[in-house]
Amino acid sequence: MAQPESAAVTAEPRAEPGSGAGERHQRPGAARYGIVFWLAVAWLVIIGCCAAFAQWLPVGDPEEINVRDMLLAPSAEHLLGTDGTGRDVFARLVHGARVSVVVSLAAVAFGMLVGGTLGIMAGFFRGRFETVVMAVVDVILAFPGLVLLLALVAYVGQSLTAIALVIGFLSIPIYARVARANTLSVAEREFVLAARAMGAKRRRLLVSEVAPNVVLPLLAYALVATGVIIILEGSLAFLGLSVQPPTPTWGSMIAEGKRHLDTDPHVAAFPAVVMFLTVLSLNLVGDRLRNRFDVREANV
Amino acid sequence: MRELAEPTATDGDTPQQPPLLVADDVRTYFRSARGLVRAVDGISLSLQRGRTLGIVGESGSGKSVLARSIMNILPQRSAIRAGGEIRIEGREIRNLPRSEMRKLWGLELAIVFQDPMTSLNPVIRVGDQLTESLRLRLGMRRGDAADRALELFRSVGIPAPQRRLREYPHQLSGGMRQRVTIAIALACEPKLLLADEPTTALDVTVQRQILDLLVARQRERQMATILVTHDFGVVAGRVDDTVVMYAGRAMERAPTALLFTAARHPYTDALLRSIPRLRNRPHTRLQAISGRPPDLVDPPVGCRFAPRCRHAQPRCLTDDPPLVPAEAPGHEYACFYPVGTDEGAGALERNLRAGQTAAGMPITPDAAGGRP
Repeated sequence: MAQPESAAVTAEPRAEPGSGAGERHQRPGAARYGIVFWLAVAWLVIIGCCAAFAQWLPVGDPEEINVRDMLLAPSAEHLLGTDGTGRDVFARLVHGARVSVVVSLAAVAFGMLVGGTLGIMAGFFRGRFETVVMAVVDVILAFPGLVLLLALVAYVGQSLTAIALVIGFLSIPIYARVARANTLSVAEREFVLAARAMGAKRRRLLVSEVAPNVVLPLLAYALVATGVIIILEGSLAFLGLSVQPPTPTWGSMIAEGKRHLDTDPHVAAFPAVVMFLTVLSLNLVGDRLRNRFDVREANV
Repeated sequence: MRELAEPTATDGDTPQQPPLLVADDVRTYFRSARGLVRAVDGISLSLQRGRTLGIVGESGSGKSVLARSIMNILPQRSAIRAGGEIRIEGREIRNLPRSEMRKLWGLELAIVFQDPMTSLNPVIRVGDQLTESLRLRLGMRRGDAADRALELFRSVGIPAPQRRLREYPHQLSGGMRQRVTIAIALACEPKLLLADEPTTALDVTVQRQILDLLVARQRERQMATILVTHDFGVVAGRVDDTVVMYAGRAMERAPTALLFTAARHPYTDALLRSIPRLRNRPHTRLQAISGRPPDLVDPPVGCRFAPRCRHAQPRCLTDDPPLVPAEAPGHEYACFYPVGTDEGAGALERNLRAGQTAAGMPITPDAAGGRP
């Protein structure tokens, strides 16, 4: 295989040892990331399925109150026991995933889209636009987050969409900063100058040279931020400001379980553990992916 | 090959045609915290169609800034176009707005940068980076552009081009990447190609392949080329004329072969002496030029090379030598006491007798030696 190829190219260039780098990148994925990474991915897939298919899963009604069965320990009938009003904890966890997943995904998407766009444009065009955007961003950042969140929720309302948008709005500044910082360094790189010297328009430079290089670090950051948002939604629910009861959310389950901590800790513990595992998985996956992007940029 | 190509390029059509590129007293300064950096301070040159020019100088002599001035891709915030004209086919481009420049970039002028690690976009397949300019600048359809890209990859000697087109820059070696950047620069058949130290980031064996490739494509397309380098070995035998730059100025300009045999400027002479030669005995001391290039914020009065020059006389410290023609056509130098003349020999002798130059640099006879 190597024989004819090297013979064919000796006249012009010698075949250069570029294939070594290529092989390193083509190793099978499973071996590269390790078992912990795949466990984390599996957990996230399970949570995702729960959120998507909750009403078709054979888990019972999460809102059915049965005072006779309150605070039961885990059993065959109630896998994870029941809470203070006799609702099935397992069913509520499965249905509660929907709020966490929808809020975190929507908030991240909204924040990243708006914040990322503003940040990339600020970093690329500089000048007055950058000054104004970054000033606004700094003002939002300087405001105590939870207070602003409470004020906005009180004003906008407590529907799923409203909460997702409010949390997304609050994360705009961080994405804007990350995007701007990355844009500043990418825009100085020579390939942007090279594209300019080939006659590319500014819009073209922004969209096809700078943006693809900024999106990767932004995505890696977003994965970690998703975990933060799940916690944030939990805090809101704990304060009674997330989606209105009786819709189950992990945060409100913990808040409700708090009353029975001394006698029946499982009511608060199960949602807390689920939330913990979810956030941990997101961080693990996000970290691993970010490492991969970094390695790749270092290679280049 | 060369003998065949040259007469058609020079004798055939140049007398009637105006030069492709004329740079007249170009000055490019940069704002810095310490003051104005005079990176390019009054350079004039001209280049005919299909001819090649080498710009040689040590680090910080302004050669890259000159190349970027010609391309008109200086950083917008810090660079100052302090004066001079640059004309492409008679058209002034120094102060053209971006929208007008865009009609020239890629189509008339193209540049290959020093480091192929940074001049390719890491997240876009190299094939797409190439076809993009074909489609946007030449209006080719996707299929035609792909065919042309394949052809270009072949012409720059990339093995297995079909497969390479679909790879990312990190999958290619340094030499392959530089071949890709050359293919991109050649995509729209520019009339003038600038190569800004195209091989400095590559190892020596690959350097030669890339340089030979550049020269081969240049001859084939009759494309005017400017090769910027710090290495005399790079220009030797590859370019028609060579300009030696120092501290933002042209010190000497000559047909390349003549420069190696009859250098007039003491700086050129010193540079040539500092090249290690195979016929030297092992452990021969290299003849380095002592001192450092001047501070471009506050360049010395008089000749800029005087503080490091073995020929320096009192006059060199006060008067700025202009470029004057030597005997051979196309040969110019900026020196009052040039090498290979009585004035130069006399100046060197006076300095050797005094043990130091007029600028106070101590010199000893043993390093003087004969011409290499």
